Amino acid sequence: MSAVADTHAQEHHHGPAKGISRWLLTTNHKDIGTMYLVFSFAMFLLGGTMAMVIRAELFQPGLQIVQPEFFNQMTTMHGLIMVFGAVMPAFVGLANWMLPLMIGAPDMALPRMNNWSFWLLPCAFLILVSTLFMEGGAPNFGWTFYAPLSTTYGPPSTTFFIFAIHIMGISSIMGAINVIATILNLRAPGMTLMKMPLFVWTWLITAFLLIAVMPVLAGVVTMMLMDINFGTSFFDASGGGDPVLFQHVFWFFGHPEVYIMILPAFGAVSHIIPAFSRKPLFGYASMVYAVGAIALLSFIVWAHHMFTVGVPLAGQLFFMYATMLIAVPTGVKVFNWVATMFRGSLTFETPMLFAVAFVILFTIGGFSGLMLAIAPADFQYHDTYFVVAHFHYVLVPGAIFGIFASAYFWLPKWTGHMYDETLAKTHFWLSFIGMNLAFFPMHFLGLAGMPRRIPDYALQFADFNMVSSIGAFMFGATQLLFLLIVIKCVKGGKEAAAKPWDGAEGLEWTVPSPAPYHTFATPPEVK
Amino acid sequence: MRVHAKRAGALLGGLVFPTWSMADWTMNMTPGVTGTSNDIFGLHMTILWICVVIGVVVFGVMFWSIFAHRKSQGHKPANFHENTMVEILWTIIPFVILVVMAIPATATLVDMYDTTESEVDIKVTGYQWKWQYEYVDQEFGYFSNLATPRDQIENRQDKGENYLLEVDNPLMVPVGKKVRLLLTANDVIHSWWVPEFGVKKDAIPGFINEAWFRVDEPGTYRGQCTELCGKDHGFMPIVVEAVPEEKFNVWLAEQKAAAEKERELTQKDWTMEELMARGEKAYQTACAACHQPDGSGAPPAFPALKGSPIATGDMTAHIDIVVNGKAGTAMQAFGNQLSEVDLAAVITYERNAWGNNTGDMVTPKEILDYKNQQ
Ligand code: HEM
Ligand SMILES: [Cu+2]
Repeated sequence: MSAVADTHAQEHHHGPAKGISRWLLTTNHKDIGTMYLVFSFAMFLLGGTMAMVIRAELFQPGLQIVQPEFFNQMTTMHGLIMVFGAVMPAFVGLANWMLPLMIGAPDMALPRMNNWSFWLLPCAFLILVSTLFMEGGAPNFGWTFYAPLSTTYGPPSTTFFIFAIHIMGISSIMGAINVIATILNLRAPGMTLMKMPLFVWTWLITAFLLIAVMPVLAGVVTMMLMDINFGTSFFDASGGGDPVLFQHVFWFFGHPEVYIMILPAFGAVSHIIPAFSRKPLFGYASMVYAVGAIALLSFIVWAHHMFTVGVPLAGQLFFMYATMLIAVPTGVKVFNWVATMFRGSLTFETPMLFAVAFVILFTIGGFSGLMLAIAPADFQYHDTYFVVAHFHYVLVPGAIFGIFASAYFWLPKWTGHMYDETLAKTHFWLSFIGMNLAFFPMHFLGLAGMPRRIPDYALQFADFNMVSSIGAFMFGATQLLFLLIVIKCVKGGKEAAAKPWDGAEGLEWTVPSPAPYHTFATPPEVK
Repeated sequence: MRVHAKRAGALLGGLVFPTWSMADWTMNMTPGVTGTSNDIFGLHMTILWICVVIGVVVFGVMFWSIFAHRKSQGHKPANFHENTMVEILWTIIPFVILVVMAIPATATLVDMYDTTESEVDIKVTGYQWKWQYEYVDQEFGYFSNLATPRDQIENRQDKGENYLLEVDNPLMVPVGKKVRLLLTANDVIHSWWVPEFGVKKDAIPGFINEAWFRVDEPGTYRGQCTELCGKDHGFMPIVVEAVPEEKFNVWLAEQKAAAEKERELTQKDWTMEELMARGEKAYQTACAACHQPDGSGAPPAFPALKGSPIATGDMTAHIDIVVNGKAGTAMQAFGNQLSEVDLAAVITYERNAWGNNTGDMVTPKEILDYKNQQ
């Protein structure tokens, strides 16, 4: 540890290198964090464009804009890009920027690997996106790519898709190793585990989840690769294989994955709500234990995605009970946030607006999750728009609003300027209204019987689909405003103080704004 | 409970959208026509109300803080945190609620899994993109295809009342009998769902899944495939016709006689015109989804037939690919799906339509011979 601090102390007078090599060769956690965030936003816009295509086709019954083949490519690419390109890299970007600042470390523990794990991502997505231009088109089997639709019946580009997933997986695993190494080794003296900020805690647990499940994802796509190119029959029933095996392996990755996409947001919101309530977090310890419990339970609930597959009764019951159980620690988190706000002294700057919306709307997503957990009822909900509503409620106002809240919260620290509060509030309100308009009616559509992943639908679903599309266009267009706000904030604006939020706490606010290129060359003392 | 729930649901809907008609703005699940679907509806309403109550409490406290504890109102922050009693309570209470919820859910699930003592067994096979129904004890079965015309889908014609929810041959079942479905698939995974029955079960290649229902009211019930199964996943509806038992038996007898007649047609001498006319019809139902109505296909997944080497070349190769399919592609083996007459007609049609003018013709008898040789 002291060796790391020493080398950085010698470099202290160095600024960033000039030109493109600054970005290509950088090992600086702030530069890498910035690249992750920029990349993630670019992917967010790309995936969002695909969502606009989907919603435009679903605006009315009948086929208007795209053919079913292309529609399926859009839903698949939208899901993959949002999950692996937008949400996950955004959290890694936040981790890069904030973890060293929060624990008083000079940088991430493994800076060169850090550079590599970022630069793998654009390569992976170049491959993935290029499949759109290949003969036979892009993957068209949904982001869950169930076999044998994705193997025996997949388009020729599937092999490229598999390769892209492998590269993303390597990138994620390296990122996770880096996070764990940083948190466990580079904390400032005096910062014991139970004194770590919650964002650090949630990322530590997320990193362990990543290391546990990304290899499983790699395994399942490798089995697909073998089935497609080397004549094995892991998932091919006519060769003695088992299509259901695919789903077990996929969801063993898939369920922890959904928590990978939300836990860091839990952490960030647990900083933002106390800051703007001017009151300490209600139950720090129980928040930590709740995250731990969620992470452990997330390994034993995967088959709740498979209630209609024909799992034996005993299995069905086990997975139903385990899934219902996850609602308990999730509830503990929500109650804690509300108790933190209770009798505080609240103000509603943009980060707080996004954080409060996060709590409310994520809870609604949790409610629908609880409904989906009731196995007999899931027979009606499964693979309908009700599920689509559920996961968009936990992912858009959950993961995405959590990211926006974090971005507004820490932008002053990153850029040294305050963002434009009026524009930012506009961004919030338009997003909030658009998002609810887009996704709330999907609950109704699902309950009325509309299956998901269809390019055309029966007439009774027409009205709510139109409402939903209008909301989606509104939400989509609004995100360009965020780009504008960030560019404005980078270029100028009111000078930000070292601690621009009077209720904020933590080491990151002890360094000047913008944070210097190198920080904490000598570790601070935590009491 | 159930009736209350229904009324409350309607009330809720009425409050939110008072002026619009409920027909197009259905917001809730409907109870359905089987015991299972009613039980599920009850569970759904119970858990929904539990969520509503928890939501009112949690959001109530939150909104109270948002309005009353603002800095702009001069509210000074309290400094309390960590209260073991509160934390234990808000862990235990949700847990207890969940246990209470799990009991009826378990009972319903056990009932749904009880497929014993069925009175009618039907094997359901999912294909890209149609359903096959076989009455297990009757040695009789048929395919059920989307009946909505292409013109409605492509907006050249007004859409009918049951747009995308109509088929040529619905599944017929007798009312009041326990019907057991044995579900499997021929290519990829499909899922058979009729919401009003509360039955949704995946049809998986290499597996046989079971599900059951008993309908008491005669009527037409509609559903759809709910597992993404490729291009036309949105276009493989399910229609079930529940009829009184006598009517069911009459229908069964008629269908079996018709099937017998169809078999006899194999021996008849067919002319080119007859085969072409019949072939066009068969082509549109069985082949056009992939190879397109005008034979242009959608390469590379679905090759064109117009001017293709197979459709204009060696006849045996053509018969072979239609009867046996092509492994590893979406081209199915139609040998068991279509009758000899339809096979002969469709092959003849493909060799002579869209300017393929080979002048070749193959008769049902020749197809039968070909099949027997294998
Ligand atoms: C109280 C907590 C939660 C419970 C009980 C729960 C339960 C469920 C269940 C049972 C399903 C399967 C539904 C079906 O396919 O029939 C599901 C789907 C899903 N959930 Fe959750 N969930 C919870 C929280 C979350 C969170 C926090 C996330 C992500 C941030 C999430 C993301 C998803 C996604 C992405 C799917 C759909 C995957 C797909 O089929 O494409 N859920 N959830
Ligand atoms: Cu899950």
